Amino acid sequence: MTQIKSILATDCGSTTTKAILIEKQGDEYRLVVRGEAPTTVEAPFDDVTVGVVNAVREVEELAGKRILDGSSHIITPTQDDGSGVDIYLSTSSAGGGLQMTVAGVVKAMSAESAERAALGAGAIIIDVIAVDDGRKDFEKVKRIRELRPDMILMSGGTDGGTVKHLVELSEMLVSADPRPRLGIGMNIPVIYAGNKDAREPVAEVLDKRVDLRVVDNLRPSLDRENLDPAREAIHELFLQHVMQQAPGYSKLSDWVSSGIMSTPNAVGKIIQTVAEQLDINVLAADIGGATTDVFSVFGGIYNRTVSANLGMSYSICNVLAEAKTTGIGRWVPFDFDEARLRNSLRNKMIRPTTIPQTLRDLRIEQAVSREALRLAFEHHKTLARSLKGVQSVRTMADSIDQQETGQTLVNMMSLDMIIGSGGVLSHAPRRVEAAYMMLDAYQPEGVTMLAVDSIFMMPQLGVLSVVHPEAAAQVFERDCLIKLGHVIAPIGRIKHGESACSVTIGDKTHEVAFGSLKLVPIPAGESVDAVIKPARKLDVGEGRGKEKNCKIEGGVVGLIIDCRGRPMALPEDPSARIAKLIEWHKALGMEAE
Amino acid sequence: MGTAYTPGLKISSGTIINKTRRLPLKGQVMVSVGDRVDSGTVVARTEIPGVMQTVRVAEILGLEPPDALAALNVKQGDKVEAGQVIAMTKSFFGLFKSECKSPFNGTVELITSATGHVGVRLKPLPVEVDAYIKGTISEVIPDEGVVVQTYGALVQGIFGVGGERTGKIVVPSHSISDALTEDMINESHAGQVLIGGAGVTIGALKKAASIGVNGIVVGAIVDTDLIDYLGHDIGVAITGQEDIATTLILTEGFGSIQMAERTYKLLKSLEGRTVSINGATQIRAGVIRPEVVAPLDEPSERRETESGSQTLEIGSTVRIIREPYFGALGTVTKLPPELVEVESGAVVRVLEAELGGGKIVSVPRANVEIIET
Repeated sequence: MTQIKSILATDCGSTTTKAILIEKQGDEYRLVVRGEAPTTVEAPFDDVTVGVVNAVREVEELAGKRILDGSSHIITPTQDDGSGVDIYLSTSSAGGGLQMTVAGVVKAMSAESAERAALGAGAIIIDVIAVDDGRKDFEKVKRIRELRPDMILMSGGTDGGTVKHLVELSEMLVSADPRPRLGIGMNIPVIYAGNKDAREPVAEVLDKRVDLRVVDNLRPSLDRENLDPAREAIHELFLQHVMQQAPGYSKLSDWVSSGIMSTPNAVGKIIQTVAEQLDINVLAADIGGATTDVFSVFGGIYNRTVSANLGMSYSICNVLAEAKTTGIGRWVPFDFDEARLRNSLRNKMIRPTTIPQTLRDLRIEQAVSREALRLAFEHHKTLARSLKGVQSVRTMADSIDQQETGQTLVNMMSLDMIIGSGGVLSHAPRRVEAAYMMLDAYQPEGVTMLAVDSIFMMPQLGVLSVVHPEAAAQVFERDCLIKLGHVIAPIGRIKHGESACSVTIGDKTHEVAFGSLKLVPIPAGESVDAVIKPARKLDVGEGRGKEKNCKIEGGVVGLIIDCRGRPMALPEDPSARIAKLIEWHKALGMEAE
Repeated sequence: MGTAYTPGLKISSGTIINKTRRLPLKGQVMVSVGDRVDSGTVVARTEIPGVMQTVRVAEILGLEPPDALAALNVKQGDKVEAGQVIAMTKSFFGLFKSECKSPFNGTVELITSATGHVGVRLKPLPVEVDAYIKGTISEVIPDEGVVVQTYGALVQGIFGVGGERTGKIVVPSHSISDALTEDMINESHAGQVLIGGAGVTIGALKKAASIGVNGIVVGAIVDTDLIDYLGHDIGVAITGQEDIATTLILTEGFGSIQMAERTYKLLKSLEGRTVSINGATQIRAGVIRPEVVAPLDEPSERRETESGSQTLEIGSTVRIIREPYFGALGTVTKLPPELVEVESGAVVRVLEAELGGGKIVSVPRANVEIIET
């Protein structure tokens, strides 16, 4: 790997194709330039490589280096005259995503494990069928028929457990005779990852009727999940059946130096690497045009969810449908006409590549993003859970604290870092806007670092981390991850205007009243000792009213002391709400409109 | 961006149109290359297998699965009728019989040894695909479908709801700035395709649906009126399957936006002609736009095929598709190469365009679409 000096990596998203050029400068790899162009899976081009060439051409122009030959092919390896690159890599989500149906015996156990396996492999779940899901058999058969998933993941039973229910699930699949979304005349791929004792009878029922793959049980015992074999099988089938259907994909496959990775898998890889290397709990979101992917690593456990219809362009009206104008409107710092707002979001949906020209338009789009991020995060919390059905040994003290099994693994107080990625966050005109969006959407607790993917290049670095981990790590740290700064947010509520928290840094103490935000500039790369004293009823991680001593790191935004309370509540009265929003915008140095 | 392009929608008074008509499953193609077809001609046919119903023989007879299979008197592939005994046991020296009857007509497809269940597949459901447009079969996709080709006018909309329909074009509105209102629609419009200007009222939509108007093509609709018409909200722009009487096609967007003059003039020139319309829209990979197709099969009517440029250049006619100039038409006067900071703070490539009244505006290049001329 030491001989690799220049790397070109592209990510073909559903809306935009991004290209980055990385070169070894001295002893380290650095991002040189970035280019982008619209993705070209649609008419009149119908070929993803056209967008790739356009994005690379921009890289060529900006870098002053020839990368494409006369036939618009990427030159690899680097030639004697300096043209070309040593390796070319790509990720893609341009094929429209992987759509799956998952089936399990018990909805809260095997079906949920199957859901986690599928989501972790980058799928969009279009339905979860379980023996106990409350629907009648004919309703499930009808549903399976109506949906045209790319594949089905079937699970259930611990090893040595139920066989009958799995055979019945198989009979249901045969009954429905599901057809795949792509490829007329093809049998639908079904991955069986259930009780190993049921493999034969299940195969007897499904054989020749579906394209059956058998992998290890993803819930071999009640207290153990084994998601990797199912995830690998999903990924392999995804590459074979779905991604290759994206127009021009096979051509792109011939160009790359290593296999094309799906965009969400690539982002997941880099997030896991960050959590592992820094030994921290991380929450990350990639908000795109069609979907919002959420990744988390808590206590070393990685989870990923896709909110298939929450996005900022194609899916913007689904955010509207779920959050309603009241949900979106509560973040807008001015009076707005509801009908006009609805029409303008619809127009964004049908013309997804437009960008806000006016500040008012930007504020509305950023309000939508808060709701998209919040809704996707809620979805993530429901899936990132400890195993259900596991009996834990409890002490008397535990039994007073009636915690059920299946609690979410997401613990905001123990969260160390939130990373935002995707157009609305990475390309926010001012970095403080990205911090503010994440602050409102996630409402971090205690002390948390906020960061953004500088120019939306985590997918490319994810695929690079597989081929050249050193280069990926260096570029990620130096050029990709922009630390915005720490946020200090006490949980609990007290009277508005009362002193909520004081933060002493050196000889200066910053007092912040409840209901207020304060920005304290601490430059990026600087680290200071801080003493945080919350009010008697508030908690920053050490218990109510207890002082916390910690290191606070600066960033391009600085330290934000957020004393708006957790859970945060906005004034009900519209004019009081707008006044509060304007006050917070000012506190962070932004204009409201 | 290195190669900024903003493709517009196809609006052509004469062009070659190809439509692929495919079955959802493999089946039989009913026509051959060169055949002339009408929009309603069935070009391919297949049968979707019926649902398989499970008869729980073991449970019904109170037997273990292996014993239930031994009691079966049918095998895989056998046809069975409702009420037919498919399994029977005798006990107590043959004096007491237990019977299991099939509740369904169908074919035995599955006998499961692990559960003692018998799967009876109900009779298949026929599916037919029609030609959708009047034209000639230019290609046969074996066992799957055909490509129908025609020469005609084509208007692509930006968004629509409702499926494929045909009808004669009628233009009750008087100008591109008119909204189609209830009073403009009457019983004589049943089965026809109505063209409006800037929009359509909810009253007009509902009246059109009750009369049986096949389609409405207008510039725009107010979002809440669309929800009222459909009876539900639209989350993502994947449409075409709505259970509505009248297909609706928007040429410009949401709100009140007058139809582009060129589109209106073209549709008006087609008044009295039978057109095929489809509201199906999919604004994702593999984009599908709603459309109006008017076959023009008389050679004397054949017009020049317009090939529009997809490249933004000085002199290009563009429509601004975002605030603050949403809907305005203009001519590109300048394409400055350098990045410019716009009011929102975004630093982007812009263009300058002269609007109708001579006003020069600067807008991000991403916020315009080219209008083919």
